[in-house]
Amino acid sequence: MISKDEILHVATLANLKFQDDEVDSFVSQLDKIVGMESNLSSVDTTGVEPTYNMADTNSVFREDIGIHTQTREQMLENVPEVEDNLIKVPTIVDKEDAE
Amino acid sequence: MDIKKETIASLHEKLVNKDITAEALTNQALDNIKDDAEKLNTFITVNDKATEDAKKVDAEGFNDLLAGIPIGIKDNIVTNGIKTTAASKILYNFMPVYSATVMEKLAAAGAINVGKTNLDEFAMGSSTETSYYGTSVNPWDFSRVPGGSSGGSAAAVAAGEVVAALGTDTGGSIRQPAAFNGIFGIKPTYGRVSRWGVIAFASSLDQVGVMSKRVEDSATVLSVIAGHDDKDSTSSNKDVPDYRADLNKDMHGVKIAVPKEFWHEGTHPDVLDNVNKALEAYKKMGATVEEVSLPTLKHAVEVYYVLASSEASSNLQRYDGVRYGYRAKDVKNIKDLFVNSRSEGFGDEVKRRIMLGTFSLSAGAYDAYFKKAAEVRTIFINEMNDVLKDYDLIMGPSTTTPAFKIGEKVDDPLAMYMNDILTIPANLAGLPAASVPAGLADGMPVGLQIIGKPFAEQDVLNAAYALQEENKFYEQIPTALKGED
Repeated sequence: MISKDEILHVATLANLKFQDDEVDSFVSQLDKIVGMESNLSSVDTTGVEPTYNMADTNSVFREDIGIHTQTREQMLENVPEVEDNLIKVPTIVDKEDAE
Repeated sequence: MDIKKETIASLHEKLVNKDITAEALTNQALDNIKDDAEKLNTFITVNDKATEDAKKVDAEGFNDLLAGIPIGIKDNIVTNGIKTTAASKILYNFMPVYSATVMEKLAAAGAINVGKTNLDEFAMGSSTETSYYGTSVNPWDFSRVPGGSSGGSAAAVAAGEVVAALGTDTGGSIRQPAAFNGIFGIKPTYGRVSRWGVIAFASSLDQVGVMSKRVEDSATVLSVIAGHDDKDSTSSNKDVPDYRADLNKDMHGVKIAVPKEFWHEGTHPDVLDNVNKALEAYKKMGATVEEVSLPTLKHAVEVYYVLASSEASSNLQRYDGVRYGYRAKDVKNIKDLFVNSRSEGFGDEVKRRIMLGTFSLSAGAYDAYFKKAAEVRTIFINEMNDVLKDYDLIMGPSTTTPAFKIGEKVDDPLAMYMNDILTIPANLAGLPAASVPAGLADGMPVGLQIIGKPFAEQDVLNAAYALQEENKFYEQIPTALKGED
């Protein structure tokens, strides 16, 4: 069983938050899904290498040559708040933290 | 001329003979999309520059088969200057400043992008019901889903709005909607098509593919979009055949394997009936059909949901409200900005997958879930490849049922996930796979799934072409659209 506390911990890791009335249904849904996924423990994988990617080439090298892609202006086109050609965000260090 | 009855080749001929201009053809496609918009909701964004693009092609001529042909693009493929949302609120205003490699290739061939088709949010779903922009509808029955996640592309093709559309397939997102809409759809081998500029869901599984009524039209588009790309190191250097020119419906001596586990107890008897008839047809054409076993198939859904969710939770970290997309208002600090933008910007299904993935990758769960699933994936890949040592193709149903009702499964994530059991295997093993119409079950289309050896797209296309030439399913008009024209 996955507990509500575990779900809230995972939400913190994922930078997500849930309303109180949403949490319970998420807990029961995730519990069912994780329960299904737990069936994997019945498979004997002794000595089996995991497959993490499907690429048929291992590493790709290229010459270290600079190419022009987007301009600064283009890269800032989608930024929600821009000031002086820079990305504007709220306070990063809280005053209390800094003291 | 009615675009709904045409193929890429027949349209090309008319363009070359000046029976029609690319501009007129594009306008007809745009009109059809607008006419259908209220009932089918196939497109999120229509490309209002499409007519301009078509005029340019008219001026330049029709050297390529695709020149001047209107094509729909799934809205998780980025398009320079055309809004790209992945059907999410978090990208509601995202205007890409570059195009995906597949878009560059289509543009170089002169294809016209008429707009961006609907999908499940970030391609996570099997019905388009998780789209922030509303569900698309099945043209065979307006009360049913078109499938997903490439449901907008599939319904647009089935309704004849476009002759072909791009989709993406991570666990069946091309093949399942193709089956539900009575059209053809192919997911190529992992690495066959560049993923540069495709909004990432699960990077070891995602692949771009094509959907169309006719096999030969998908073959034409696939040859254009396939091939190595310096910007995607997982894309293959293997030569790209001219799939259309090499189409061959001769099935003599082709060895077909049918995994008994695909005859899943939950599969609708009418689906199995249609698939059995298709297999009989292949036998008559000279193929051999033999039963095999994939014992680990019963764990495929488990492996898939651990790995796909884990990769998704990592890929979707980038949506934080800082550089693009939705940004939450009234936040006090940067942490709140991340948390609120994500919590307000993502829908429930995406949050569920991020949570599942974050859980699977978290300390204490990593070995039992993520690593374990990756190991079972290896076992399953070996089972699939062992079968393909002795056989040319693996066949079975594409889906366990025909298209289900809108709202039927949306509140039961587990039932929705089990839906993918027959399509997930090809993604886990990176194999090329297609769905081709096999017939009707109670008035709704059923798809036959064809899985091939790595990079043997031609074998898959040939087998699909052979069945298409036998049943000519493309002549059928979706039931709910009959009598409307």
